[in-house]
Amino acid sequence: MSAAVTGTPAGQEAWLAAFAARERRLANECPWWLQGLRRTALSRFAELGFPTTRVEEWKYTNLAPLARTVFEPAGPLAPGDRRPSSWVETIGGAVAWTVNGILGAASAGRDFSIGSLRAAWQETPELVQRHLSRHAVFDRHAFVALNTAFFEDGVLLRIRDGAVLDQPLVLVHYVSGNGDTPLACHGRTLVLAGRNSQASIVEAWVGPDGLVYLTNSVAEAVLGEGAVLEYVRLQLEGDKAYHFSALHARQGRSSSLAVHTVLLGGALTRSEIGSVLAGEGASTVLNGLYLARGDQHMDNYTTLDHAQPHATSVELYKGILDGRSTGVFHGRIIVRPEAQKTDAIQRNRNLLLSPDAVINTKPQLEIYADDVRCTHGATVGQVDADAIFYLRSRGIAHREARRLLTLAFAQEITDRINPASLRERLNAELVVRLDPIEE
Amino acid sequence: MLEIRNLHAKAGDKSILRGVNLKVCAGEVHAIMGPNGSGKSTLAQVIAGRDLYEVTEGEVLFEGKNLLELSPEERAREGIFLAFQYPVEIPGVSNLYFLRTALNAVRKHRGLEELDVVDFMELVKQRVKLLGMNEALLERPVNEGFSGGEKKRNEILQMAVLEPRLAILDETDSGLDIDALKAVAAGINAMRSPERAIVVVTHYQRLLEYVEPDFVHVMAEGRIVRSGDKELARELERQGYSWLEEEEALAGESRT
Ligand SMILES: Nc1ncnc2c1ncn2[C@@H]1O[C@H](COP(=O)(O)OP(=O)(O)OP(=O)(O)O)[C@@H](O)[C@H]1O
Ligand SMILES: [Mg+2]
Repeated sequence: MSAAVTGTPAGQEAWLAAFAARERRLANECPWWLQGLRRTALSRFAELGFPTTRVEEWKYTNLAPLARTVFEPAGPLAPGDRRPSSWVETIGGAVAWTVNGILGAASAGRDFSIGSLRAAWQETPELVQRHLSRHAVFDRHAFVALNTAFFEDGVLLRIRDGAVLDQPLVLVHYVSGNGDTPLACHGRTLVLAGRNSQASIVEAWVGPDGLVYLTNSVAEAVLGEGAVLEYVRLQLEGDKAYHFSALHARQGRSSSLAVHTVLLGGALTRSEIGSVLAGEGASTVLNGLYLARGDQHMDNYTTLDHAQPHATSVELYKGILDGRSTGVFHGRIIVRPEAQKTDAIQRNRNLLLSPDAVINTKPQLEIYADDVRCTHGATVGQVDADAIFYLRSRGIAHREARRLLTLAFAQEITDRINPASLRERLNAELVVRLDPIEE
Repeated sequence: MLEIRNLHAKAGDKSILRGVNLKVCAGEVHAIMGPNGSGKSTLAQVIAGRDLYEVTEGEVLFEGKNLLELSPEERAREGIFLAFQYPVEIPGVSNLYFLRTALNAVRKHRGLEELDVVDFMELVKQRVKLLGMNEALLERPVNEGFSGGEKKRNEILQMAVLEPRLAILDETDSGLDIDALKAVAAGINAMRSPERAIVVVTHYQRLLEYVEPDFVHVMAEGRIVRSGDKELARELERQGYSWLEEEEALAGESRT
């Protein structure tokens, strides 16, 4: 494990000034402990700065352009502005959305609620205080620190103990702005999945092309004993977006969490998924698909922290890289001394569609228990020439053959995503995005 | 239908085909035999358009057209079909989807309407039955995890669906059990027609008992060194290819 490294403080002044400008207003509308948390987070950010490529975890992702950019905190929609929408809201389920981090539409049923985090810290402060910032720790993480200092609202998703939800909870985050100044949007999500509950969440980030903005989103998910949670995360940002998102989960005994991450948009993306398997017999599935084209950069950082015995994790991340795009997969697996009988599998497979695309893949296994099974493997390759020829020899055009094989590669991940309406729409999205790929 | 003149081809620095001459007319069945490594598969792949091989000399005409100028998919659409000696596994693409995409590409080229799912299924099911194939294989990814025999039958199914003008079957009979061999032979015979030509590459007389060839050719070291009728295949079955070396030796002697 590398120690926290202090990066350059360049570009931080603007953030500090922005914080100072808002501090009074925010202090009036939130509890003292939250304001204290924000201040601590801000000063931690000031110490840390944005990480440089000298920091091992950020070796392949250059944040210099981001650190130089002055962002303005995004605010609520102006009255009369049309709120954005997207196909993600049409897949069915209970739908809620935010614009610029502020919850626009809530949703609730007998067994669940999707509501404003701000409302929750006013109405049930002890509940929020018990979980907020306990799992996404900002001590060593500049983006989590920044988020904690700046989020104004957020979303609390609660699933009742024992509830079995028959429809997904859909949460779409939009960014909207006029393009004058780059906006920063610090969304915050807290998921509390009760004991023995079964639910699925679809969380998506959507933004307009052509707009420079920063999404810095942090989600925390707490799975009670025996909870089963499917969590789909879709990055559909605009083409000039900086997207940073982190999910930090904590899993109770015998709970199972499956996270499906799909990265499609954005200019620069860092997607972090982490889970602490904190209860005996917990299981985690991490699936990931990143499709990068043009100059896109997509960085995946995953951490599976096996803290208790008899837990299993299965991870499969697949990347498709075209143009001059760059990708990163860094998969950490920690097996603590108590975590005997851990079974962890990690695989990363990459398809390079262009000679100029680059992928950096790095497994990082830290195993402190002796009776465990941990395997990992990474592959980087091109579309199989034999398969291409086979398809062409049956009359299928070269372009189409390449597309078919690339889609098949991607669909190993999307095939695992539910509901079917989402899966089909995602596959259609892949077809569109793969179409202009040059031969 | 197919005319190959003095065809030379190499892979990298290795020259493999060294002057192949072959003429195949509509309605005929040809068998190509010959020792391992003599270039039979290379010839088949060159006809299908595999770019691993570079043609350095000679020409290949199909229906009077210069085949070597066409891409593999254009050749397929013109009516050339190659059953691979080693069919390729394509994970994630269902056999049905693959077949329908291929058939519609070919139909489009021939000016026919694309088949919808219902009509297509009817056609496929009929062909599957003819080949005594397991229908479950249709839903599975192309060739993935298929047994050797299942892969070979799947090649024949593709031929039966695509209805090519010229089918080249590269060792489609190897690795088949007796029933599968009969089914494959029946599939091939069902394709025989005055408008169609079939070239089977095989090591065994067995297939030729079921699919009677009009011509048998022996390939050695990148050339067709002998041609005859089906009697030649019987002779090879009895004698193997040792006579080739003797002939080479004789030829060598006569050159000195
Ligand atoms: N891509 C390639 N690169 C290098 N050598 C090749 C390549 N393809 C074929 N060869 C060589 O060319 C020769 C002919 O191979 P080919 O597969 O055509 O033989 P074959 O007659 O089909 O043999 P078999 O009866 O074993 O199938 C062999 O020596 C083979 O190793
Ligand atoms: Mg061969």
